[in-house]
Amino acid sequence: MTRVSPTRSKVLSLAPHLALWACLIAQPPGRAESPASEETGLKIALEARERGEGFGNFTASQAMVLRNKQGRESRRQLRLKVLEVEGDGNKSLFVFDEPRDVRETALLIHGHRESADEQWLYLPALKRVKRISSANRSGSFMGSEFAYEDMGSQEVERFTYRYLRDEPCGELTCTVSERVPVDERSGYRRQLVWRDRDELRVWKVEYYDRKDAHLKTLTFGSYEKHLDRYWYAGEMTMVNHLTGKSTVLNWTDFQFRTDFDERDFTQTGLRRVR
Amino acid sequence: MPLGFTLRRVLSGSIWILAAVFATRADAEIVDRDFSGRFSAESRWFPETGAFPGQRSLASGFVAEPKLYLEDAAGRSFTLTPFFRYDHSDPRRTHFDLREAYLLLLGDIGDDQWELRLGVDRVFWGVTESQHLVDIVNQIDFVEHPAGESKLGQPMVHLTWSGDWGVAEIFGLPYHRARTFSGLHGRLRLPLVIDNERVVYESAAGEWHFDFASRYSHSFGLLDLGVTLFDGTSREPFLLPGSDAGGMPAFTQYYAQIRQFGLDAQMTVGSWLFKLEAIHRSGARNLLGLEEDYAATVFGGEYTFYSVFGSAADVTLLGEWNYDGRGRNATPNRSPNTLENDLFSGTRLAFNDVQSTEITVSFLSDLGRATRALALEFDRRITGQWSMHLEAVSLLSVDKADLHYAMRDDSFIELNLVYNF
Repeated sequence: MTRVSPTRSKVLSLAPHLALWACLIAQPPGRAESPASEETGLKIALEARERGEGFGNFTASQAMVLRNKQGRESRRQLRLKVLEVEGDGNKSLFVFDEPRDVRETALLIHGHRESADEQWLYLPALKRVKRISSANRSGSFMGSEFAYEDMGSQEVERFTYRYLRDEPCGELTCTVSERVPVDERSGYRRQLVWRDRDELRVWKVEYYDRKDAHLKTLTFGSYEKHLDRYWYAGEMTMVNHLTGKSTVLNWTDFQFRTDFDERDFTQTGLRRVR
Repeated sequence: MPLGFTLRRVLSGSIWILAAVFATRADAEIVDRDFSGRFSAESRWFPETGAFPGQRSLASGFVAEPKLYLEDAAGRSFTLTPFFRYDHSDPRRTHFDLREAYLLLLGDIGDDQWELRLGVDRVFWGVTESQHLVDIVNQIDFVEHPAGESKLGQPMVHLTWSGDWGVAEIFGLPYHRARTFSGLHGRLRLPLVIDNERVVYESAAGEWHFDFASRYSHSFGLLDLGVTLFDGTSREPFLLPGSDAGGMPAFTQYYAQIRQFGLDAQMTVGSWLFKLEAIHRSGARNLLGLEEDYAATVFGGEYTFYSVFGSAADVTLLGEWNYDGRGRNATPNRSPNTLENDLFSGTRLAFNDVQSTEITVSFLSDLGRATRALALEFDRRITGQWSMHLEAVSLLSVDKADLHYAMRDDSFIELNLVYNF
């Protein structure tokens, strides 16, 4: 009589938003040049990344509201810690508070720019730390409208870029770039990204599926400046145009450069979460 | 509530002292306090009549497992998790346990970190799914579930040292917990009831023999590796036929002194997980009651198809082979059945919907004997606080040579309704 232990999916399905923090980082301004070229597209992405660098670490709380077509809501609550790693992807630790059946479940991600991320899941019922695959790109979590790849750290190296145009977005002027995922497991053929010219904050992303149908739109709002330098969105809304479902993510309690250190981002640290 | 005398002694001895130390320290200002846990209403139905007279067909009851967490300004914390199950059909299944009651301290030394856990805790070692071969620190709470994943709290001193070179852990285990077993009216039992009152130990120190365990683990890129050592009182009882205090025929639990080396490894490559666990154990008795050193292993893997057929669902295929070098003289380690040459296969379907609906079907087949078992699990969240677990275990056939032949009529269906807070 054997039993297959709880799986990654129960939590992983929750994990999606995890990587979201990465999108939050509104990268700082680059003066977009006018020629519509791949070079300009890449330059904007690199400049945005550079402007986001140097934050050190932060903690934040995330509330996620899933809404179906009929308007029925379901809620997720989690905390995360992010540690900047110079020259590579960041380390992130996500701890779930709600729903209650996955309380204290935690996910540790060591992000990498050039290779696959490493991920470990902590299952509190068994006190088991489980290394899990990071191959899942296009899967949704928890029925949320975010896919893993939407959340996962949006490393510059994971796309190719093309600058399209400048256009007004609200009171600002935005650059519009197209980015194409390098990973063939991606669920998207391409994405369109709107960034304002002054601060390079992302205001909108349109996702096109493999058949090039406009699948989803992600909008950002409530931007706040932290440490006098880093812009982070407080609200992210993903709408699925095919299903009519939406997911709203609210970020609160940002704290930067707190005194936690690298030991929280290890498997031993993962066992200590609560 | 059958709270054994020795257990009581341990609880009062180690736990409350720790709690008191923590609570009374002048500088222990509590900055973080958290209360959580679960209540679960559970019912297990056995469609077939039991092999022994008086065995009940329905086991209903509830479980309470609250958890208290306290942390002071210096980052020291105390965790307390009592556990209680009430079962209306088998008094032996009604039981209390202290799953956790430990003080946690941590700090840095140079570039390395240390962590100390003092008190009662649970520890998990291993990577495979069909059995937890290397896992040995905690005793199994067998009356909870025959799969052996529920474990009794273990008193311990647990020191962890970690750095860029890996993680080294040592465990001092001052007290042994005897395995829990079903009573006369319970199901999933042997022909004779197991004597709860009298447990026999090879060591003259009895349950107070000081056991030692250690583990080194590290991640090498795609490979996660663990090497373990255990030296002390076995967690697996050898059952001696005899009689209990009342003169009724009964099995007496005998715990030998053993030494076990263990290895666990997992390679994570794309959508593949390759897993291996292996042990070498000396000092244990085989099925014939003779001392026999042996090696055992379980290895296999799982592969996941993500977002199948354009849906959000993931399908995982699992396969593992279990081997015990003692062959027909193998004993069951942490499950009722011997896994001397057994193939495990399974499929997990995760819908990735709002309710995290998940279905797992698994099949365990003894390649040398006529023993086959099929298990089905269904999990689903109902609301933010309520969830459910439905499980069916069907013992398609049990070979007469298997020790758990006595449980051949104990296929069951179980439904748990859980309130999480």
